[in-house]
Amino acid sequence: MLNQLTSYLNSNQTPGQAGNMLWVLIYILVVFGGVSLFVMVMNWVERKALAHFQIRLGPMRVGPHGLLQPIADALKLFTKEDVMPEGADKAIFWSAPVWVVLTGFTTLIVVPFGMTHAVTDMNIGILYMLGISSLGVLGIIMAGWSSNSHYPLLGSLRSSAQMVSYEVAMGLAIVSAIVMTSFTGLGMYGAGTTPGVGTLSMIEIVKAQQAQHVWFVFKFFPLGFMAFGIFAVAMVAETNRAPFDLPEAESELVAGFHTEYSGLRWSLFMLAEYAGMVAVSSIATTLWLGGWLRPFPNLLPGSTWDLAFSFVPGLTILFVAAVTIRQALKMPQHPALRANKIGMLGLGLFIAFLGLVLFIPGVRVRVGDIFWFCLKVGFFIYLYIWYRATFPRYRFDQLMKVGWKVLLPLALGVLIVTGVVGLTPELTAWVKGLFA
Amino acid sequence: MTTNRVNTDDWGDRGTTVLDANELVLNMGPQHPSTHGVLRVILKLDGEKINGTECVIGYLHRGVEKIGENRTYTQFAPYTDRMDYVAAVSNGMGYCEAVEKLLNVEAPPRAQYIRVIMAELQRIASHQVWLGTHALDIGAMTPLFYTFRDREEILKIFEKYCGARLTTHAFRIGGCQYETYEGFEKEVLKFCDFVEPKIGEYEALLTTNRIWVERTKGIGILNGADCKALGVTGPVLRASGVKWDLRKAQPYEAYAKFDFEIPVGDHGDTYDRYLVRIREMYQSLRIIRQAVEGLPEGPIMAKVPKIIKPPVGEIYHSIEAPKGELGYFLVSDGSTQPYRTRIRPPSFVNLQALDKMVRGMLMADVVAVIGTLDIVLGEVDR
Amino acid sequence: MPDETKPNGTPPPEGTQSTEKPAAEVKSSEVKPSEVKAAAESKLPSPAATPPKSEATAAAKPAAPTAVKPAAPAKPAGPVPVPWETELTRQLKQRYGSGIREASTYLGQNYLVVDPAILSEILLLMCQDEGFDYCVDITAVHYPKREKAEFDVIYVLYSFAQNTRVRVKTQIADGATLPTAVPIWETANWLEREVFDMFGIRFTGHPDMKRILLPEEWKGHPLRKDYDILKQDTEWVKINLGIESGQ
Repeated sequence: MLNQLTSYLNSNQTPGQAGNMLWVLIYILVVFGGVSLFVMVMNWVERKALAHFQIRLGPMRVGPHGLLQPIADALKLFTKEDVMPEGADKAIFWSAPVWVVLTGFTTLIVVPFGMTHAVTDMNIGILYMLGISSLGVLGIIMAGWSSNSHYPLLGSLRSSAQMVSYEVAMGLAIVSAIVMTSFTGLGMYGAGTTPGVGTLSMIEIVKAQQAQHVWFVFKFFPLGFMAFGIFAVAMVAETNRAPFDLPEAESELVAGFHTEYSGLRWSLFMLAEYAGMVAVSSIATTLWLGGWLRPFPNLLPGSTWDLAFSFVPGLTILFVAAVTIRQALKMPQHPALRANKIGMLGLGLFIAFLGLVLFIPGVRVRVGDIFWFCLKVGFFIYLYIWYRATFPRYRFDQLMKVGWKVLLPLALGVLIVTGVVGLTPELTAWVKGLFA
Repeated sequence: MTTNRVNTDDWGDRGTTVLDANELVLNMGPQHPSTHGVLRVILKLDGEKINGTECVIGYLHRGVEKIGENRTYTQFAPYTDRMDYVAAVSNGMGYCEAVEKLLNVEAPPRAQYIRVIMAELQRIASHQVWLGTHALDIGAMTPLFYTFRDREEILKIFEKYCGARLTTHAFRIGGCQYETYEGFEKEVLKFCDFVEPKIGEYEALLTTNRIWVERTKGIGILNGADCKALGVTGPVLRASGVKWDLRKAQPYEAYAKFDFEIPVGDHGDTYDRYLVRIREMYQSLRIIRQAVEGLPEGPIMAKVPKIIKPPVGEIYHSIEAPKGELGYFLVSDGSTQPYRTRIRPPSFVNLQALDKMVRGMLMADVVAVIGTLDIVLGEVDR
Repeated sequence: MPDETKPNGTPPPEGTQSTEKPAAEVKSSEVKPSEVKAAAESKLPSPAATPPKSEATAAAKPAAPTAVKPAAPAKPAGPVPVPWETELTRQLKQRYGSGIREASTYLGQNYLVVDPAILSEILLLMCQDEGFDYCVDITAVHYPKREKAEFDVIYVLYSFAQNTRVRVKTQIADGATLPTAVPIWETANWLEREVFDMFGIRFTGHPDMKRILLPEEWKGHPLRKDYDILKQDTEWVKINLGIESGQ
């Protein structure tokens, strides 16, 4: 068993591909646990960031700067009474949150956090993600229908219509990125295909960007950027977040499809929502932002820069640690704050330790890519929060209008033009052949 | 065709068949995030389309008019603060004026100016509460905190002036009880300078925001004729293009002495009502500045008897409260207590227009329209 | 000025007020309005105050000249209603004769007292011919001592074009009904419902004559003078709120 454990370490494949079930299990646990932890952190960050957008402080009481607030919330949710409405379809009501969480997390299996850091790599990876994440809507419909209440019903109806319509534009945007994987020319406007190169595998897509020396967001500028933009809008709608949070529109439908849920079940919906945010952000990162690749691989090439960039994760973490420790030291001298201070100092030291660990050469090489990937995902998460603080909510018909009348034609156009531009050498050759 | 009918007796009354149940009756409120208190609206929905509404009100009914008959004129004044509790100063001012009219006295000029300053501050505060909650209903969270931050400054001035922030009971029959505190003028002017750019901030968040415009333009249209027929007053009426403001039409207090404009809209939709209220805030600032500059010296209390016993008679007096025409109909029988205190609340009458405004619109528009009517249930139910 | 924190005319302290107000006074007060009404109906002309020249000036400002002397002794009768004479009232009197029981101005506010039989006709005329296109308020006052005319029902009307207000008043007996004003002004809908809720006056032809503020099953009409806190519907409270009494 120890052999099995160590034998994988030198592999440059994902554990799934290597067929190492032990490591698959470990990865699954790490990914699920990590995402759950990330959801808690996200929850805190969202509340804090949103609060600062809105000139307030956000959670400040539980732990230093409210750092323990998500844990307190989780505890509260676990101990809350679990209410099931009278007349609810018990089996469906019970299974809906489980279903939603299940689909939300299953998608994460193919997410490449690094070149080898995915549970497994599938040759249909992106299709798998799309397929599984669309199943999530089923859970929402189940929740709305089984609640035997009008608000959830309306919420789930909205949800199904919204997700179905935005999936189309989203799919087309994804296709235009996938098409790009087959255009093997180098650089931003590198066209021309090599037969048998295009791929649906998440890892191969990133590798294609590496090989083409360009992130797809810049490929055929502005086409790649437009596809990325379409996806960035559609993914907000897919995850039911503001300004497309109609299924749970608080001011209209109270809480939409999860109005009747409470306690743990409700928290499962929240967990799934945040996991979904991570999943779609991962897709966007993988397809357009070069996945785990470090920034400027072509502008600043060479092993020296590689080395320099490999220090960035550790330095960033150390910076966070420094800020934490500084905040801890800045706390007023007061007996009531002593526990907070010690806790915050401890946290800072722990983060500093993590940062130092990241400088160990072996770790540095293998973990650096995870850092870049998480940073890019974090950028999207921040965007989500930013949207929420800025935009009012769309109305249902306007949402549909945006989906079908704006995003869909745009995505179709981008796809076609991308194809034409990418095939320029072949097309010119073909046209020349016609006249020859 | 009875063979293919599904027996749904045990489903409750959802119609005779599944297919007949094509109208969804949705009970919105009295506990709902965006009914501004305890309004209950029963919506008849076809999908998301509104086929009809019915308002159920009275959850906050405290019998204010009956209380009025059992209190003396002076004692009743604080009760008026509890009607439109986000515009308590305006309520109190209307009541004091009505009793003064019944007594046939007039507040001295200084008191009138103080009243105008306070009432206009209150108008800004009320509009700020409206804007924050209205934007929240439409899904924009952030303006709420901005408006409440700035409203705080107004409440601080109120607190310094009369010791209370919300239910102020700032005025007395015949004038004001309190002289202005030291530095009052300076502070009010400072507030004016402070809040003017802040209103610009609200506008920066919303006025040209595409989603905001889409959500409010063409929603809940009321034309001028509809408004008059429905008795709708205040900014809602003005947004429909009727240039009517009691401060100009039948000036009370010192309003005749100030130079200000009445903002009006063109289309009578939610967006126009938003613009009208925003512009009204600027106009209020204009009035406040003039009033502070022209604040006369002199007594703040007219000569009213210690025990207020108006002569037998009745009076209807109304003011332009932030939400519309707030009227007081007082009947005196010559005793120390009013024989009848009737309050004509703007919110109550304006709310009646809800059905007309949302019919044929979508579910999401209901909350937008409830928000734009700017109702306060304390006043609707009294 | 800043030092002048002490109010000049202090309002009466609450203590002295409450001692001045024994419960008996409330009872006696019920008699007075009927006397007033009787006096008003006899239409005694009183040249005391200046008669208003036109409607516009009448409603705009309260009788400013009389404001000089506040009713300090409170014993003199104070302002008295004076006849309201304009083209409108003259025409109305000509057309309806004794149907127009009174047309007066009190403190600069005009009001008409009309016979309930011609009320809806008058209201329609006021709205369509005279331009009173805004029904501000509909309310009622209960005078239990008045025989066969226990209720005053008051319509406060406003004309946007002329910027004037007028009150149309009618007197009806307990149990009698009035024609609805909903076809004339839509706003009458809820206002009439409130009058029904509070006084029990029914309006015939109203599209939805039911209670508005109180629960549907409530017994009694709170703003009647014979209704007070001891007479509230404790039965309803018991059934629906599960407590002994609302108090």
